[in-house]
Amino acid sequence: MTTMIELRQVSKSYGRGDAEVHALREASLAVIDGEMVAVMGPSGSGKSTLLTIAGTLEEPTAGEVLIAGQPVSNMSKAKQAQLRRRTIGYVFQDFNLLPGLTAAENVSLPLELDGTSARKARVAALKALDGLRLGDRAGHYPDQLSGGERQRVAIARAMIGERSIVLADEPSGALDSVNSEAIMRLLHGACKDTGMSAIVVTHDAQLASWADRVVFIRDGRIIDQTTPAAGPESLLVNATPEAGK
Amino acid sequence: MSVRHAMLALLSEGPKFGLRLREEFEARTGEVWPLNVGQVYTTLQRLERDGLVESDGDSDSEGPQKAYRITGAGAKELDTWLRTPPDLSAPPRDELVMKVLVALELSDADVSEIIQAHRRYLVELMQQWTRIKEDGDPADLNSGLAVDAEIFRLASVVRWLDAADDRVRRVKADAEPPVANPATTDRGDPDDERPVPNVPWALPRLRGNSRQEGRTTPR
Repeated sequence: MTTMIELRQVSKSYGRGDAEVHALREASLAVIDGEMVAVMGPSGSGKSTLLTIAGTLEEPTAGEVLIAGQPVSNMSKAKQAQLRRRTIGYVFQDFNLLPGLTAAENVSLPLELDGTSARKARVAALKALDGLRLGDRAGHYPDQLSGGERQRVAIARAMIGERSIVLADEPSGALDSVNSEAIMRLLHGACKDTGMSAIVVTHDAQLASWADRVVFIRDGRIIDQTTPAAGPESLLVNATPEAGK
Repeated sequence: MSVRHAMLALLSEGPKFGLRLREEFEARTGEVWPLNVGQVYTTLQRLERDGLVESDGDSDSEGPQKAYRITGAGAKELDTWLRTPPDLSAPPRDELVMKVLVALELSDADVSEIIQAHRRYLVELMQQWTRIKEDGDPADLNSGLAVDAEIFRLASVVRWLDAADDRVRRVKADAEPPVANPATTDRGDPDDERPVPNVPWALPRLRGNSRQEGRTTPR
């Protein structure tokens, strides 16, 4: 069991004086390998800020972020950039696929940017798309894909290169409930099968319930979290239908 | 879920013994609603009494030896039931809603904390149902739909808690005195002229608190 990502007493504020806004206040969170954690809170609660800081896209005002036990603040900018290319994958609400590239090209892009040959990157991209049942969509452009397919391409891009951490910000966005479920099933399955760690931020309890642990955030503070409960079989014993009259 | 109509539905496929009815009921509801043998036979006896099913076996024989078949009246009853929407016109007496409303009336209750305790519990339940869905056979439509119904129901309760939490916070924020302006508070009763938030069930506590916090002179 390895702690893949850890936030220690992380705070983030924007602006100064009367205009200062505290987006995150002394937030601590540790995610182990194979674990999927959902961060649940309303708009403006600080959950997206938590994700961008965990992903080293922003620096905290105070506190420390550790990736696989290594403090990010001790890393050079080049090392942090390498971390973002090789270790951490990002999934955004609006997919963020590049419109002029096919699905396969979008997925292979992070590998190519990291120096992998175009041929090898394409092979890896096709394999990743196949794994998400998108093999027959590899040559399609984003505007030729449905919303659910676009997000699965984005997930393939986030996971390619055997990255060990995936951070997702409202990954099901405006997708319907069936497609949303498919996205969460995919992310949770990847964590179980590959040992990948994931943090998913969402305001939606239904999506959060796919996570192994749900952390609740309010006004920039982590206020609570779910605890491992009794097994699912306890629910089946408690559920009783209405008897016939 | 009505066991009575579920039995009629299963018998509409052909005559069946009581034990088989129980097995099929549990299998088709994804074992979400376990049923005991007593419930099955009590239900079948009542259906027979009402002329909705009839039994083939010897009238003296015990349940397991009896095969039941649906009657014409039973088929009609089943069809009517399927097409009749359940009565959802009156809101149920919801214990959770009552707890939150009562908390609003108590001056020393932290309503957000109380709401969060319920929210956590509900999300934990949803996690358990989601694990059942994740581990289940995707081709088992009955089970998937039964579990979905429970997850959607719990999700709607969490959404209500989220909305309640947000409303309470907003009303509370509106009712709080302007602490950054000591000139106002020095005059004594800054909240007396404050507009009352338009949330009737929230008024007694929130207005009482804000007056207390804003007051600098004793009555």
